[in-house]
Amino acid sequence: MSCWETIGQYAFRSLGHGERLLPRSDFTLCQQFTLIGSGMIWNIYFGLLSLVAGFFFANALAMAKASRHAWLRKPAEWFIFVFRGSPLFIQFFLAYEALVMLPRAGIVLWGLTVETSWLTKAWAGALIVLFLNTAAYSAEIFYGALRSIPKGDLEAADAYGLSGWAKFRRVQWPTMLRLAWPAYTNEAIFLFHATTLVFFSGFPAFQQRGDALYYANYFADKTFNPFVPYPIVAFYFICLTLLVIWLFGVVNTRLNRHLPANTRSRIRLRPQIIR
Amino acid sequence: MFTSCADPATLEGLSWLLCYLVTGKQIAFYWSFLTVLTLLAVTAPTALAFGFVGAMASRSSLAPVSLIGRGYTAMVRGIPDIVFFLFFVIALDQGIEWLTHQIRCPDWTEPVRQGLEFRVCPEAKVPPGHAPQVVHQIYGFALAVVTFALVFGAFAANVLLGAMQAVPRAQLETAESYGMTPRQVFRRILVPQMWVYALPGLSNLWMILIKATPLLFLLGVQDIVYWARELGGAKTSAYAFPHPDWRLYYFLVLLVFYLCMTRVSEIVLARVAQRLSFGQATAAGEAQRKAAA
Repeated sequence: MSCWETIGQYAFRSLGHGERLLPRSDFTLCQQFTLIGSGMIWNIYFGLLSLVAGFFFANALAMAKASRHAWLRKPAEWFIFVFRGSPLFIQFFLAYEALVMLPRAGIVLWGLTVETSWLTKAWAGALIVLFLNTAAYSAEIFYGALRSIPKGDLEAADAYGLSGWAKFRRVQWPTMLRLAWPAYTNEAIFLFHATTLVFFSGFPAFQQRGDALYYANYFADKTFNPFVPYPIVAFYFICLTLLVIWLFGVVNTRLNRHLPANTRSRIRLRPQIIR
Repeated sequence: MFTSCADPATLEGLSWLLCYLVTGKQIAFYWSFLTVLTLLAVTAPTALAFGFVGAMASRSSLAPVSLIGRGYTAMVRGIPDIVFFLFFVIALDQGIEWLTHQIRCPDWTEPVRQGLEFRVCPEAKVPPGHAPQVVHQIYGFALAVVTFALVFGAFAANVLLGAMQAVPRAQLETAESYGMTPRQVFRRILVPQMWVYALPGLSNLWMILIKATPLLFLLGVQDIVYWARELGGAKTSAYAFPHPDWRLYYFLVLLVFYLCMTRVSEIVLARVAQRLSFGQATAAGEAQRKAAA
């Protein structure tokens, strides 16, 4: 069997297309590369969607935490503390157990039956947890950046007669984003790393449709040889990390385009955010 | 445990709950919290030592040593840590068995890796097949500690390397002008001064370490996650204390445990930072001076 046939069979195995049975013996390098790569689809799916959705929620949370009103500030502070203070692993477990407890038949709301069974599936349940989690971490980053906007910038905005929404949109928010961007890049990288936890916590892999680490673990269990599948996962993730750094670097250049080249903030990878 | 708990079927309400909370398995659950705390207490200094060696190696003037050190510090940057956790446990286990195999059975002719199997001679099994269960558990825990120390050592090496580079160059030059050898400069000047710069990174690392402890469960250690899943699952009337699925409540307890750990650590580390920055020419030290004046 050639490698192209294997790719045809297993390239979309993680989504349920192609060959149903996973290889059971005579594992080839090609099979491992294809299946683990197929699992990467889920890692990218979880990472990308929760990052995009989390970005907007994080902005709202950061504003709420910086608010003068206690009824807005306190809930945001608690939300951030709970999600940053506890392990993501426990959050996955807790979310899964809570979602399983919802009534099977669905909830009747105003005469409409709302289906609940899809929430216990990884594609939805784990995505919600990751979304809330990254929102909390990013909100802390954005809040920190919001607090460190130079006083001169705000005074300049006042001098130009900007206030309220106009001041926020044209001065505060862009500056906040610019200051937060290097740290936010790290957050994005480690969010992608965190997606590997999904199928190792409460959420089961339906019909063996798992992520990259799920398949790597499958191969390592079957062959008793960790020296092939895990380096393959590592290879895929290094590629993904480089891609993320490049994409965020492009945005960073755009955010800093008004500054002289030597004062721009550069993205430095700091391994500080793991969950 | 209590004599009144002898027949659980007759109990009701609070006394039932009280008896339930002191059953043998529940006590094992409470002890597993100690497992987690032990892991933290053992891993933190070990990881610091690994990190120190890693940082020293990457500063070395010998090319191969510095290459190894840099490789070690770089490995955690692009790859998810959970991959290391899964990888190192098997790799270490097989590595140890392979070494003992080489030593104890030198005339074993069959290859160790036969197709899908990893097979060493019976004398080389670690721990020996007939060893009691406790030895297996301790061995598993030790493997987990080494794995944690390896991964977090790499993180610590990053932090310590940054701290070593942050010590003002003038300090080292002064020491050199006094005629100290590089070794003396390192030991007497660089190491004592670097901790102030390393503290923010190290306290961050401590928080991460706390939050990484549930991964013990993946390494096959009977930790709090294992017991929460085990005890929380629905128990039919075949058990002494039947109850529906309580995993949600068990995991809520774990969540509260971790939140408390984080909060306490935050408070303690803030105190340490306060103490360390006293009298320092930093923004925090300056703020303390102004507040006192």
